[in-house]
Amino acid sequence: MQFLKTAVAAGLVVAAFTGTSLAQTKPSELKIGITTFLSGPASVFGVPAKAAAEMIAEDLNKKGGIGGVPVKLSFIDEGAGGEALVSNYRRVVQDEKVDATFASISSGSCTQLVPIAEDLKVMNFMWDCGAASILETKKYRYNFRTQANGTPEMLAVLLYLLKTKPDFKTIAVVNQDYAWGRESWEIFSTALKAMKPDVQVVAELFPKFGAPDYSTEVSRLLALRPDVVLTTSWGGDLDTLVRQAGQRGLLQQSTFVLGIGESSIQRLGKDLPEGLIVGARGDHWFLHPEKKNDAAFKAFNEAFKAKTGAWPIYPVYHMAQAFKALQTAYDKAIKSNGGNWPTREQVVDATVGIEFATGFGRPITLRPEDNQGLEAQLVGVTKSVPGYDFKLLDNMMIFDPKVITNPAGVRSVEWLKTLKPDFVKMDVPTFKAQ
Amino acid sequence: MNSTLAILAILDGISYAALVFLVSVGLSLIFGVLRVVNVAHGSLYAFGAYLAATFSLAVAPISPWLTYPALLAASIVIGVVCGGFIERFLLRPLSGQEDVLQLLITFAAFMIMDNLQRLIWGVQPIFAAEPLRLLPNIAVFGVSYTSYQVILLPGVALATLFGLRYFLRRTLSGAVILAVTEDREASTAIGIDAKRVYFVTFVIGASLAALGGALASPTTSLVPGMGADMIVLSFAVAATAGLGQIEGTALTALMIGLTRAFVIYLQPEFEVLVPYLLMVLVLLVRPFGLFGAVQVRKI
Repeated sequence: MQFLKTAVAAGLVVAAFTGTSLAQTKPSELKIGITTFLSGPASVFGVPAKAAAEMIAEDLNKKGGIGGVPVKLSFIDEGAGGEALVSNYRRVVQDEKVDATFASISSGSCTQLVPIAEDLKVMNFMWDCGAASILETKKYRYNFRTQANGTPEMLAVLLYLLKTKPDFKTIAVVNQDYAWGRESWEIFSTALKAMKPDVQVVAELFPKFGAPDYSTEVSRLLALRPDVVLTTSWGGDLDTLVRQAGQRGLLQQSTFVLGIGESSIQRLGKDLPEGLIVGARGDHWFLHPEKKNDAAFKAFNEAFKAKTGAWPIYPVYHMAQAFKALQTAYDKAIKSNGGNWPTREQVVDATVGIEFATGFGRPITLRPEDNQGLEAQLVGVTKSVPGYDFKLLDNMMIFDPKVITNPAGVRSVEWLKTLKPDFVKMDVPTFKAQ
Repeated sequence: MNSTLAILAILDGISYAALVFLVSVGLSLIFGVLRVVNVAHGSLYAFGAYLAATFSLAVAPISPWLTYPALLAASIVIGVVCGGFIERFLLRPLSGQEDVLQLLITFAAFMIMDNLQRLIWGVQPIFAAEPLRLLPNIAVFGVSYTSYQVILLPGVALATLFGLRYFLRRTLSGAVILAVTEDREASTAIGIDAKRVYFVTFVIGASLAALGGALASPTTSLVPGMGADMIVLSFAVAATAGLGQIEGTALTALMIGLTRAFVIYLQPEFEVLVPYLLMVLVLLVRPFGLFGAVQVRKI
């Protein structure tokens, strides 16, 4: 009899422990570690993104959090650079024991942190970095990109140029001299060569990152008179280039293409003339033609404007995408787990292949083969509109990500080389500014 | 390269050199007198630019022409307040200590000012182009230039160069500074207040850094990190010239400006390398710089 009691007690203990392993205890908070630039030139993206993260988390927690658990954020400054970034990331994951991380803005930071996230087995969303190569070279389990990469972003801009200015003969590039400036030009020029091989590249200028003066570059371009000038620069560099070019008539002489200029439009104000082609690193625009009358979209934009003094720019929407992806993944994992709180591994499993929609743009799918986000791309041309002290985007085209993203398992540049001139003829919806 | 492009490159080179000289000469002056490599020089440049933009944006609605005195006022305020504070409270207590301590304390000042800059002016780029817009553009072989960059900036640089030369060699105050530079102990023995000389020199050097920033502010976006970039370039110019060499700094700035401009026209890939390549080449041949001399301290 004594043996029977002992056996029953042991059985209950085993059952209890087994039950615990299947249904995690719901935590008191869901911790998220976020790397973003809080210092240095890229803080023009990082600081608005941080403001967005705080706003979204606050709103999420008011509504009960994710699966009934409030979220808690820890921020890491990407501006601190290399070793400090890595050690802070490890600290947040190992000491603070965050449940997920959103890293990073810079492709350099992503390249550093992605293998570490994999090693530490923490789910990481690459929420803003654009280097396509990161997910092309290796299949990761814990790393996902919740937005597009540089390939569809640049290809969309090129397609817009080819559709709207098909007769240009010469082009020059002025990009910042670092990874993004070089890689974006490689994507753009490879696709250009494949689809319009008769175009002559008359100048490839890569001034120093953070250069305070572009006078010489502007002089050279004024003398060369290219039909098109491309720049994928951003932040203060782009502002300086556009203003110096505008002051000396270069913006009027050549068609300017600002690959990721959406983030500078408000700052440039009246200094930005009409007729410049502007990309947005996704279908991001505070007057998104398909969403501008949506109450939640308007409310978010106005709340952000009230908080920061400016309308949201693309990193703000990228941050919202990371949150929505996390929420979608947890909801799916909880449902799969019979309503119980999921393990981390169950959440990772649930994240593979999800589709999510922030309501601020078209839905995004995480491609299951390589965890790459498929995100629509919006490109437009600048136009003056009464009531705004900066230019708006007009004649906007929104490109389907499934068409303009390289297939999984095929390197971007190799895929771009296979494009034909007929690729330009794809049907793309066009929207007016208002 | 044809002669037209060569002339355009020369104009671009002179414009760039003028700004580089204005910033570098302050660094060189401070080293020449105090023997301190002031790492905070870049922050003084950035503070000058930000304060000038703040003043310009404030006075422009009253009269756009007031933006010019605003640039000058910002330079003086930064030079006196920030420069004076650094010399009096950070450098003077370390006087006579090892040089490395002075280097470290100015580096600390640089880090603090970099953070202060973000606290005061935020991280979004600021642009205040009113002074530049007031002056007309000029056309050279069909290429438009702003007269602010190709006439005003070189003019101010030349005025600074000759003004400094006159001040140091033709005035009593300048002679006092030169005396302290040559032999601090001897000049103290004849009644010169060396501490005051150091203070005044540092304030002048800091004001020149701020003036460089203020004059650059109408042409460029003011962003976090702009000071760090400028200190590296200024140091390259000052080291190539020979630390403490004012005329040498002017010639080196011109050399770097012209070489950079021609490189952008001919081989743009090497643009970023130009100042540092020149520095390395010069220092390999002349370790004390183009115009420096062994164990001789000059300003």
